[in-house]
Amino acid sequence: MSGVGGGTPITGDATMRQALSQPATGRGRRRGGSTLIWWIVFLLGVAYFVIPLWSTFTFSLRAEPFGSAYTNTLDDPQFGKTLLYSFVVGVITVVVSIGLLVPTAFWVRLRVPRLRRTVEFITLLPFVIPPILLVFGLIRSYSTGPLPLTNTDIGSSALLVAAYTVVSFPYMYRAVDVGLRSIDVQSLTEASQSLGAGWLRILWSVILPNLRVSLIAGAFLTLAIVIGEFTIATFLARPAFGPYLALIGGNKAYEPAAVSLISFVLTWIAMGVIQYIGRGTRVSVAGAR
Amino acid sequence: MGPRAGRRAIYTWVGVVPFFLFSLLFLILPTLYLVVGSFLDKRGAPTLQNYADLLGPQTIRTYMNGIEISAVSAIAGCVFGFLMAYAVILGGLPRPLRTALMTFSGVASNFAGVPLAFAFVFTVGRVGLATLFLRDVLGIDIYGAGFTIYSKIGLEVVYFYFQLPLMILIIAPAIDGLKKEWREAAENMGATPAEYWRLVALPILTPPLLGSAILLFANAFGAQATAFALTGGSLDIPTIAISRQIRGDVLFNEGLGYALAMGMVVIMAVSIGLYTILQRRSERWLR
Repeated sequence: MSGVGGGTPITGDATMRQALSQPATGRGRRRGGSTLIWWIVFLLGVAYFVIPLWSTFTFSLRAEPFGSAYTNTLDDPQFGKTLLYSFVVGVITVVVSIGLLVPTAFWVRLRVPRLRRTVEFITLLPFVIPPILLVFGLIRSYSTGPLPLTNTDIGSSALLVAAYTVVSFPYMYRAVDVGLRSIDVQSLTEASQSLGAGWLRILWSVILPNLRVSLIAGAFLTLAIVIGEFTIATFLARPAFGPYLALIGGNKAYEPAAVSLISFVLTWIAMGVIQYIGRGTRVSVAGAR
Repeated sequence: MGPRAGRRAIYTWVGVVPFFLFSLLFLILPTLYLVVGSFLDKRGAPTLQNYADLLGPQTIRTYMNGIEISAVSAIAGCVFGFLMAYAVILGGLPRPLRTALMTFSGVASNFAGVPLAFAFVFTVGRVGLATLFLRDVLGIDIYGAGFTIYSKIGLEVVYFYFQLPLMILIIAPAIDGLKKEWREAAENMGATPAEYWRLVALPILTPPLLGSAILLFANAFGAQATAFALTGGSLDIPTIAISRQIRGDVLFNEGLGYALAMGMVVIMAVSIGLYTILQRRSERWLR
């Protein structure tokens, strides 16, 4: 077992590196005065992060009787209904996005590398076409003509999934691409083929399991964004969670504080899962702002 | 080309057809619809009038508002985000604080839209907690001084909430990439801290800093939900103006709506393009 033998030098190396970094720590201590400034910078930032959350929290507790902002929110059937709708739309979006991007990225890597730049370019386009422009174009394209999707409920929901899938392209593709880069696609494919596997079988039983970690991270990011998304859902007149939040804000006093915090916690859960799986190296720049 | 070669060619392409078809239907065609529409008048005849209207004082003001809000929140986010990331990475703060800040930034950069707008109404709205604290305890009446959360400065304060954590996330790798050896080498050759910053650290950090600022700018410029939830569509910025065009309000002018959209596409494309170039430049030193 060479793996066990290989473990010792690594530990030794780590100890050595620690020993080497000692003088640097000493130097850091010499700069004690500047550390104080960094503490002030840090605490100022933390205050800015925390105060709005704290204000929202205390405001939500002012409702009489105590805690009624939360119980009223949870008792409102629309709350659960819209949240469920957005969740289902999010899950379908994830499935569609993975179903489109994994085979494409796989095929481009294996068979048509010259298409790589084109595919990359298309998956980055949603950064240039923000949600408000995307929904503008979609509504104008699909309210009349050969595919009048916005005329029916199911059609509008399908359009919503399509729009979210497009929004998820930049980071989903990156997740897939990073995942594929870390495995030897060529050898895995050839090995599977020599065992008699077809393309679907290779994708499903060999490639997908290898991409699991990066795909789950991308999936939760998509969910977090889709569940609170407002712009696209509003203009497609969907009974989604984002428009529901805005509606509450216009009609109620304390409940908006409660739902804001609840949705912050939901984002926290989704991001927590990503951090746990991906160990916090991913950067996400897409979002429903 | 025989039938077999033809079938092979089709076979090669078939794997990418679903993706291209989907992108064509739900990304390219809708965008093209806006492009074409911006060159047509009400009766469908070709015209450049929409772009002439785009240069009217009203729309120019709309764009200037959007650019101002995005630029201010981007520069503020860039400067303070860099300082905060530097504080937890190289500022001598305990290591766990860095992990905590990065995790929180991941959440906060995605905490936007309607809930974020609400949170700030409860904080610096007319009866917000911070507003009342400043007025009753410190004697500073920010609303008396002309501040309102429904204004440009108000929106900048709110946008800063997702700009700051985004900056922390994207600049952290660059700060991590500043090698200790560079500083030591500079000090060995007698450089003062100021000289080290001016001649070594800042030149290396300039591309990532500029790139991040541009990305933050694009991030704010394309934002609609937060501004819409906060001001109910009264503030004059491009995304809100387009919202009104989609709804079809009093000033409804279909062609102008498409031209407004094109103006946004151009600004976003230039920003993202510049960002990509700067990104490539920063990779030369920081890996």
